[in-house]
Amino acid sequence: MLRHWFRQPRTSTLAALLLALCPALAFAAGPQATPSIFAPASTPAAEIRSLSYFVLEITGTIFVVVGGLLAYVVVRFRARDTDDNREPAQIYGSTQVELAWTVIPVLIVVVLFLTTARMIFAIQEAPKPQSALSVTVVGHQFWWEYRYPDLGIVAANELHVPLSSTQDPKPTFMKLLSADVDHSYWVPQLSGKIDLIPNHPNELWIDPLQPGLYLGQCAQFCGVQHANMLLRVYVDTPEKFAAWVQNQQQPGVQDPAVAQGRRTFETQACMNCHAVRGTAATGRFGPDLTHLMSRDTIASGAVPNTSDNLRQWIKNPDSLKPGSLMPAMHLSDTQLDQITAYLETLK
Amino acid sequence: MADRTLPIHGALDLTPPREHESTLLETLHSWVVTVDHKKLGLMYMMMAIFFLLVGGVEAICIRIQLAVPNNHFLSPQVFNRFFTMHGTTMVFLTGIPLIFGFANYMVPLQVGARDMAFPRMNAFSFWVTLFGGLLLYYSFLGGSGLYGMGNAPDVTWWAYAPLTARAFSPGHATDYWALALIVTGIGTLGAAINVIATVLCMRCKGMTLMRMPLFTWLMLVDSGLLLVTITPLTAAQVMLVIDRYLGGHFFDTQAGGSAMVWMHFFWIFGHPEVYVLVFPAFAIASEVIPVFSRKAIFGYPAMVAASVGIAFVSLGVWAHHMFTVGMASVSNTFFVLSTMLVGIPTGIKIFNWLATMWGGKIRFQVPMLFCTAFLFQFLAAGLTGIMLSVAPWDWQLHNSYFVIAHFHYILVGAIVFNTFAGIYYWFPKATGRMMNQTLGKWHFWLFLIGFHVTFDTMHFVGFEGMPRWIYTYPADRGWGQLNLVVSIGGIIQGIAVLIFAYNLISSLFVGKVAGNDPWDAWTLEWSTSSPPPDYNFATDPVVRSRRPLWDLKHPEDPDWKYEA
Repeated sequence: MLRHWFRQPRTSTLAALLLALCPALAFAAGPQATPSIFAPASTPAAEIRSLSYFVLEITGTIFVVVGGLLAYVVVRFRARDTDDNREPAQIYGSTQVELAWTVIPVLIVVVLFLTTARMIFAIQEAPKPQSALSVTVVGHQFWWEYRYPDLGIVAANELHVPLSSTQDPKPTFMKLLSADVDHSYWVPQLSGKIDLIPNHPNELWIDPLQPGLYLGQCAQFCGVQHANMLLRVYVDTPEKFAAWVQNQQQPGVQDPAVAQGRRTFETQACMNCHAVRGTAATGRFGPDLTHLMSRDTIASGAVPNTSDNLRQWIKNPDSLKPGSLMPAMHLSDTQLDQITAYLETLK
Repeated sequence: MADRTLPIHGALDLTPPREHESTLLETLHSWVVTVDHKKLGLMYMMMAIFFLLVGGVEAICIRIQLAVPNNHFLSPQVFNRFFTMHGTTMVFLTGIPLIFGFANYMVPLQVGARDMAFPRMNAFSFWVTLFGGLLLYYSFLGGSGLYGMGNAPDVTWWAYAPLTARAFSPGHATDYWALALIVTGIGTLGAAINVIATVLCMRCKGMTLMRMPLFTWLMLVDSGLLLVTITPLTAAQVMLVIDRYLGGHFFDTQAGGSAMVWMHFFWIFGHPEVYVLVFPAFAIASEVIPVFSRKAIFGYPAMVAASVGIAFVSLGVWAHHMFTVGMASVSNTFFVLSTMLVGIPTGIKIFNWLATMWGGKIRFQVPMLFCTAFLFQFLAAGLTGIMLSVAPWDWQLHNSYFVIAHFHYILVGAIVFNTFAGIYYWFPKATGRMMNQTLGKWHFWLFLIGFHVTFDTMHFVGFEGMPRWIYTYPADRGWGQLNLVVSIGGIIQGIAVLIFAYNLISSLFVGKVAGNDPWDAWTLEWSTSSPPPDYNFATDPVVRSRRPLWDLKHPEDPDWKYEA
């Protein structure tokens, strides 16, 4: 019977009541601007939601029963003006009653525990299928590095994964590492969160069932710009994903028209931290810029990737993301224009 | 109702009338050098209320910043300091002094003693605790934090490694944090030892352990729990300081240290700490609810057993704060079970309080209003706690605003509410004057409304995927409206607390004279004068039951006939 509870997602009256209080928590299969935990688009998130409905039903029932008792007691046994001044009957306890309200909670705990234990193993010990895509996620202050070991791709801040489906499962298995302090990977519509801890590799899997852009962010405090360590997961259709992979596997575009910009990039400190494949720039502290222009945002999702923002970001990162670890290089306007022009060719 | 008081034989106030009014300087001096448990208790309370206001101001600033998306009221650096200081202040400089404020004042009176077991150590503990608090706040002037831009600690009150390493937290802000907690920890240990010694050795004739008021029982268990839990915290802080200044590598992940070790040390302190903080709330409820329901506490032995049970189980649940750090499935499963088990003794307590009210004649005066709200909020907080104990769901809820809502339901909805109940209840004993009941009701209703507007809403912000510790959020996330509601509730609570502060101060001077026993209560503290003389009881009281004053007031139907 317990199996039944999470075999099929149930819409319970209690959860519906809860959702009615909060319009943004709609049931949606696709990606949402508000990353609600009740709008799952991937198996782990959906299983957690069905488990949460089950728990809500039990705790909701307890709340109504005990809260109702409290309300009854408050109304029924309040002192009234018409009262005589005698003390009420003194009752010191009752073993039977005590036993009853000990045993019943024990039974409830047994049910909740078994259900939870089953779900822990189902999600945490899920076998990795042959078809799964492997991604290594490295948390940095304050951005995300994505490495695809089987595809030879290094990307940053915007994760692209293929669409999965029940007929043709294509889950993504992530290995999560940290380059500096603790971070936490949380895209609520896709799965629960897991921390990125130095010297302690973790794993997480998702199998997104609807294409689109899923939002999330770092969920473990990691320093000044913890708030702008945003997560963007692009779930691509197979064709789109193949095209993306094909592009990412190319080295950086070498456009002679921006040779001056590239020279400035390589003679200033930029290349100490950033890499552009196929050039002398091989830095690892900052995001790989080989395909910078394939991303919608810069600064880990903080601002859109526009020409103006890019120039402003190079000029003074603190103006867009105060406390970011990228230093302002005090470049001249000409140098800024040149570098911006160069970066804009890195499709 | 003063005329109904029946002082225990020999408990009359024999203090000779004062010969002259003492000057301000003399009064101040008498407070600084005092070893009297009542004065120290009041000083603990004043410290707690002072830091409650400071931490409250920090909270209001945080809420103003988060009221709308992309706000610029606080810079990220200041925001991070404020939530770190808010958490640290409320736990260590408000929550813990509250325990010892109540325990210091009430435990000797309730067990019929003339003072704590170690009066000088009592004074030492208080001053060390206060000094620790001042040390922490001195960091605003003396430390320089991340990136040389600031001062106070900004690593959250969990201070997870390796963010606290010198590589990531240069300057001295983190040192102030670690040292301040070591220092207040020493004060806490001293005070806890004192309470335990007092309860075990100083009880008056006839007061067996099973005749102690539940308040005293809970303070005993609480102090025992503190002895066990402060130790790993202090050890961890010492290791952190060694890491930072003596080249240790306990938590230095760059040199093979372990970030996980800090988490285990912190949470084996941190989770029992939650129970440590909530026990005074239980203690106050266990006094106020029977007196205002006019009934003996229901199931006294079960209440004692449940308290001890909670304390034991709470030592085995710490890693439920670590469901997302990537423990093995078996470890996660173990901590799910242990956490859910806490729900059983907690449930027993709620049911016993309800049964105490059942069949009573409940007087809804201000202390009882706060306790009734406590029962409701504690029930809800317990149930959200069950939700969080479900590890897979916790993978979603952990570090979201749902968790913030859950633990503020405990910390504010239970602890602060019952602290107010306790203050309204014992203020007449400590000062001889009643607090204004009309202002008290204004305070209660505004605080209740503000509390629910803030923290009920916060659960939903968490469901919508908003994590904690973020100084701002993008407008398109749709979190703006709910956050605005949360912030408005915060301001309503702030106004209510101001009414309370006004009531507290004005009642000191113009409150109605209380008499010895204004609530017609049953424990020993109400048998002596208000405020009690320095020596509490002129001759040692003798008790025959859990409610000595009931026995005196109802000689025809005394408790000792029925107690096993």
